[in-house]
Amino acid sequence: MGKTITEKIFAKSSGNPDAAPGENVWLNVDTLMTHDVCGPPTIQIWKREFGEKAKIWDKEKLVIFPDHYIFTADKYANRNVEALRQFAKEHDFKNFYDVGTPRYKGVCHIALAEEGYNRPGTVLFGTDSHTCTSGAFGMFSTGVGNTDAAFILGTGKIWERVPESMKFTFDGELPPYLTAKDLILHILGEITTDGATYRAMEFDGDGVFSLDMYERMTLTNMAIEAGGMSGIIAADKVAEDYVKSRTDKPYEIFRSDDDAVYHSKYRFDASAIEPTVAKPHSPDNRDTARNVAGTRLTKCYIGSCTGGKITDFRFAAKILSGNKVAVPTFVVPASTEVARALEEETLGGKTLRQIFTDAGCEIAQSSCAACLGGPSDTVGRAVDRDVVISTTNRNFPGRMGSKQSEVYLASPLTVAASAVKGVIADPRDFIN
Amino acid sequence: MEKQIVGKAFVLGDNVDTDQIIPAEHLVYDMSDEKEARLYGKYALSSVPLEVSGLPQGGVPFVAQGEYASEFPIIVAGGNFGCGSSREHAPYALMKAGVKAVVAESYARIFYRNAVDGGFVAPIEAKEKINDGVKTGDELLVDLEKNVVENKTSGARWELRPLGDALPIIEAGGVFEYARASGMI
Ligand code: SF4
Repeated sequence: MGKTITEKIFAKSSGNPDAAPGENVWLNVDTLMTHDVCGPPTIQIWKREFGEKAKIWDKEKLVIFPDHYIFTADKYANRNVEALRQFAKEHDFKNFYDVGTPRYKGVCHIALAEEGYNRPGTVLFGTDSHTCTSGAFGMFSTGVGNTDAAFILGTGKIWERVPESMKFTFDGELPPYLTAKDLILHILGEITTDGATYRAMEFDGDGVFSLDMYERMTLTNMAIEAGGMSGIIAADKVAEDYVKSRTDKPYEIFRSDDDAVYHSKYRFDASAIEPTVAKPHSPDNRDTARNVAGTRLTKCYIGSCTGGKITDFRFAAKILSGNKVAVPTFVVPASTEVARALEEETLGGKTLRQIFTDAGCEIAQSSCAACLGGPSDTVGRAVDRDVVISTTNRNFPGRMGSKQSEVYLASPLTVAASAVKGVIADPRDFIN
Repeated sequence: MEKQIVGKAFVLGDNVDTDQIIPAEHLVYDMSDEKEARLYGKYALSSVPLEVSGLPQGGVPFVAQGEYASEFPIIVAGGNFGCGSSREHAPYALMKAGVKAVVAESYARIFYRNAVDGGFVAPIEAKEKINDGVKTGDELLVDLEKNVVENKTSGARWELRPLGDALPIIEAGGVFEYARASGMI
């Protein structure tokens, strides 16, 4: 009987070639990632449990990105970043990307890719549910809480249940009005927010492999919205080229066997999917942009690990170029590398940054910002009865701030089209 | 861990996510400082929309105004409890509010792991949907030896799924205690 890519990575990491879905195994962790919200409590637990002699199991394998509550006056939030700074100093720890230094990156999941921590065949745990994003590189990655992270910090090991896999195949290239965000919102509508609980979501098909790494990351990013343990896409040449341009560390490529066993298989024709939205208050509350077109908006938001990558801004610029936004629109590049790219990449002779400024968008500094609400002075935060359309990943009540607000999730094309019209709009009004 | 948990139930619906359990703006308090840590209890379940807070009527705040703990030690919920972010503050906040057990139809993976490995609350799975058979304020008995939950107010009983692999970790009081007891660390 064949194995899935996920089962092969579990077999390698656990040293147990027979590890079968449903079994708990102890994994050897290649990378542990944490950030400003969960880092300090993780360090506290680690100190409490391992005592004064607490030792980082492998400093090379730990990475810390402050990214969540960064540009705020909130004293507790700033204290958290300061605690990370202390920790990095005390332990002479290098993989720390501090705010206020040229090393500052922004949103952790994007930074992991950019800084070369995503390597095919490896195992990554992070104190953030969207750690599944890194699976786009043919690796196993998943989120854990602080106690689990503290355990890894001291031992380099953690138990995990070998997941069953679900396979999602997209046939055919995406038409120009469609993005990876539409594909994953479509899947969410199909299987709902607990449709993949405790399972690995494997993406396949020429539709997927025609995407660049950032678009692939949009697919794996939202595996958690279906309850998935992980999302995964086998590494191909595109992935290898990206990885080699970012790190010279080794990696190993695994692929699913033809006779691997899946919990379920789904197959879609990419060209048959329409620009898709998730209506308030759940990422699986699927509809088409066409059906909800005309819904009045008070804010538009383009940012986060899901929708703040350079590809997302390329999409948005296509529509915003030469247009003006009709409602306040926030542009939040996920990372400082993305922010720089906005100043370098051009479309029709203008930089993307200039296009957004001319359109009347407010451009903020790289961080998670209003994706998760954040302290009250967070840029783009939903207030009162705001109705927001956003490229982010969650629209549960209160997620972007106010509990009374309503959030629609959509692709950067749909958000940009809606920003111009001031009401939800179908991007096909701008792009054929 | 107690094998029998008795107390008043607080009833919720499906898909109660971690933002509802403890809103993101409250994730900044220091858990090692008891004065700040009790704020997690104060704000537990504070972002559940009021109309579905304390079913079937709704409109019941989980923690009364001005209090730091709840009068409800048992939470009864539908499917996919604890979905959303990986914040361990979620089961922690429930523990700080005085919750001993959650009985739900199913859990999101990260919440489940956090509850077990942190030794915060027992995430107990019912074999069927029970949140429509319990009213907020009903007196429940959760029996982890017999794997049943009994509604003492209405007399209804439901079977629970055994905790399985998670039980030794919960009994040990968390993953560190478990690893120490088994000689791993
Ligand atoms: S951008 Fe949003 S979803 Fe992504 S890591 Fe930050 S808060 Fe989480």
